[in-house]
Amino acid sequence: MILDSKIPEGPLGEKWTRYKASQRLVNPANKRKLDIIVVGTGLAGASAAASLGALGFHVDVFCIQDSPRRAHSIAAQGGINAAKNYQNDGDSVERLFRDTLKGGDYRAREANVYRLAEVSGGIIDQCVAQGVPFARDYGGLLANRSFGGAQVSRTFYARGQTGQQLLLGAYGALSREIARGTVSLHTRREMMDLVVVDGRARGIIVRNLVSGELERYAAHAVVVATGGYGNVYYLSTNAMNSNGSAAWVCHRRGAAFANPCYVQIHPTCIPVHGDYQSKLTLMSESLRNDGRIWVPKRKEDAEAIRAGRLKPCDIAEDDRDYYLERRYPAFGNLVPRDVASRAAKERCDAGYGVGSTGLAVYLDFASAIERLGREVIEERYGNLFQMYKKIVDDDPYQTPMMIYPAVHYTMGGLWVDYELQTTIPGLFAAGEANFSDHGANRLGASALMQGLADGYFVLPYTLQNYLADQIYVGKVKAEGPEFDEAEASVRQRLDDLMAISRNPGDSGESGNSGHSVDHYHKALGCIMWEHCGMARSKESLATAKQEIARLEAEFRQGVYIPGKVSEMNPELEKAYRLADYFELAHLIVADAEQREESCGGHFRVEHQTEDGETQRDDEHFMFVAAWEYQGKGQPELLHKEPLNYEHVKIGRRNYK
Amino acid sequence: MHFTLHIWRQECAQAKGHFATYEIDGISPDCSFLEMLDQLNEHLVGDRIAHPVCFDNDCREGICGMCGLYINGRPHGNDEGVTTCQLHMRRFSDGDEIWVEPWRAKAFPVVRDLVVDRSAFDAIIQAGGYVSATTGGVPDANTILIAKHKADQAMDAAQCIGCGACVAACKNASAMLFVGAKVSHLALLPQGRVEAADRVRKMVCKMDELGFGSCTNTYACEAECPKQIKRQNIARLNRQWIAQLLGRDRNE
Repeated sequence: MILDSKIPEGPLGEKWTRYKASQRLVNPANKRKLDIIVVGTGLAGASAAASLGALGFHVDVFCIQDSPRRAHSIAAQGGINAAKNYQNDGDSVERLFRDTLKGGDYRAREANVYRLAEVSGGIIDQCVAQGVPFARDYGGLLANRSFGGAQVSRTFYARGQTGQQLLLGAYGALSREIARGTVSLHTRREMMDLVVVDGRARGIIVRNLVSGELERYAAHAVVVATGGYGNVYYLSTNAMNSNGSAAWVCHRRGAAFANPCYVQIHPTCIPVHGDYQSKLTLMSESLRNDGRIWVPKRKEDAEAIRAGRLKPCDIAEDDRDYYLERRYPAFGNLVPRDVASRAAKERCDAGYGVGSTGLAVYLDFASAIERLGREVIEERYGNLFQMYKKIVDDDPYQTPMMIYPAVHYTMGGLWVDYELQTTIPGLFAAGEANFSDHGANRLGASALMQGLADGYFVLPYTLQNYLADQIYVGKVKAEGPEFDEAEASVRQRLDDLMAISRNPGDSGESGNSGHSVDHYHKALGCIMWEHCGMARSKESLATAKQEIARLEAEFRQGVYIPGKVSEMNPELEKAYRLADYFELAHLIVADAEQREESCGGHFRVEHQTEDGETQRDDEHFMFVAAWEYQGKGQPELLHKEPLNYEHVKIGRRNYK
Repeated sequence: MHFTLHIWRQECAQAKGHFATYEIDGISPDCSFLEMLDQLNEHLVGDRIAHPVCFDNDCREGICGMCGLYINGRPHGNDEGVTTCQLHMRRFSDGDEIWVEPWRAKAFPVVRDLVVDRSAFDAIIQAGGYVSATTGGVPDANTILIAKHKADQAMDAAQCIGCGACVAACKNASAMLFVGAKVSHLALLPQGRVEAADRVRKMVCKMDELGFGSCTNTYACEAECPKQIKRQNIARLNRQWIAQLLGRDRNE
């Protein structure tokens, strides 16, 4: 496997312009003869499908939900970054580029990140033109707020529902193309396999989630925009149906998977409160604009709070440890997510945690409410406060919120080149599904930026470059041995899973005595969180490897799935996604094992500075780890794409 | 906590449905309604009692609009301003009997158990619920000035999550609040004004065509909307409709 990043020649600031000026185009009359499959309708998928449809290509778009508007981008709260410098506070494309690169702990590609910063302004223009109701000042101009890892205010927002409004904008654009007939919509369909013909991606096999039937679709190119794989941890801020399988089947078919161990743990989530819990809820990072994070200074106070003898308001100002402000005076509560998460874990592990479990810290708005008044806070974060109150049954206007880190986003994903093309020609990956722009840690409000940059402003160009000579191929039909083989292999996978339920159990012949899918998924989540979560060590990773293998064997022997393949069967859906998570978990651990350094979200306890910060090893690990699938149960092959920094001088990531 | 659940079971769109009764015990008051159903399913599957109950859900934080159950005669249950996934069992009393049904509306046929088909909402949006802004070639964001109160009003309307509770709550199964919210959101903004007349006409015609009922102003929709979308949006929709009939493209 050769990893060619295809970064254009020339100075950093001119690369994208030069690319666009010299790329190949498709003549307008030919566009409608070229078919594109887009899987996923989040920000990246919906914006790509809408933009490609508007150009005149024929697009088939797929989503697992009942409507494209439900994709999990909808849950993004805080905002979207763009280098508009509307606040005159020193922002620029160069500044956003540098912040993003530094936020990612210098593990992202310079050229990709620069392009992202370059197109960021256009995203805001596009969204406003669509009617996205961003927050505004009294003069009618757009308002901004700050986010972690930046010293400027460059985040655009629509209350605490920015993701929703941006997605509805893209969904509107997509709906328009559906009405025009350029895009065909297929809901409640899950991608089960990729079809590769003569080395090129030519189609997909999907399962109709209502009837359970398998269906085939063919195209000249395939775009995977199916999000991240955070649900491998079971408890995460991802939606229940978010899963890693679409990306994983591409990986099995030959697409390299990059940096799987880079998982973002978000510092401000509502803490775990029971074993019946199905997911964790994020409290937007934007809250750190006005909220101050603290724990008691004295252990006995923390103990008294945990036992319910003291309330947070009983702790005097001087007895509170605003540990982020103490440790990082320059950025204070607005340090990047990985830093804030580790700091919370450090305090809780040291015995200063609050809440009944001791696994929580306070996020306090008292001083902001005093300074700005309750009304301002209500306007800025009203829906978040309401959400918190409904879940916890506690009023955050009166008592501080309790928060704890939780799995949120995966920086790793399908390896892509500058054109967002994977190692399989004709297969592209966009949004969280690819690995490209965030390095080892993503900054807040950058996921929305990247998803829309990929969909609105990158893929419409780079896909065209790929499709330019595909007009000679003629119509691609969903037939031939490759389609037959792919469909048969999916059928086999499903039948194998269903057959497990018929294994003789301990107690009788009428089926196994095993557990439901969730039982195994929860166990996998615990293993991953304990041994490959916020802190990783050689020993913990070795344990994880063994435990995953043991659990997978138990799952393969004992999982019980009711019903049939050919019907609506949510248990079966969970089962095949979990089967892929086992393989993915192995790869995450292997990647964490080989990366003998700490960077961004990847923290190896063996590699830290005296004050507990990440310690990179640029000499040995300044590369993208791209893994090649070698068959079921085989260790994967590691390929390294060296990262060359020509434009910026890389330094230690310092937020003090 | 202990509950007696009466849940609507229906194998597929064509099959005849019925209520099945299940007892469930050991439920924490802090768990959400959907987490309670998870535990019921775990019990149904684990003890090999029945096929688990199918219900739509995804984000479980009240924003995707995927979940929607008719609980004891109310869409999304007995709490204000929440979706089913945000409804917690502490809102019920120990020992309660709970009736759980899917949305009931001609335009939302049942798919299985508590899952319904809401693609009619997508079809209404496709009829015109957007601004025709092709990617690229748009002006700088700050060249379009919008008064703060207008932007806020537009945002109030734009918060709709398309869950369908308004339709389910309405005795006529009318979609006026859903359509009104989208029409208002775009009509309040200069970007949406250009196509306003055309939009309202197409969306309303599509709504009628798909089998949604008429609005008789009882405002059950407003009372049950998990995002508390206001009935003023219906008034704006009517105003837009009349304005386009009169051939005027007026807004307020």
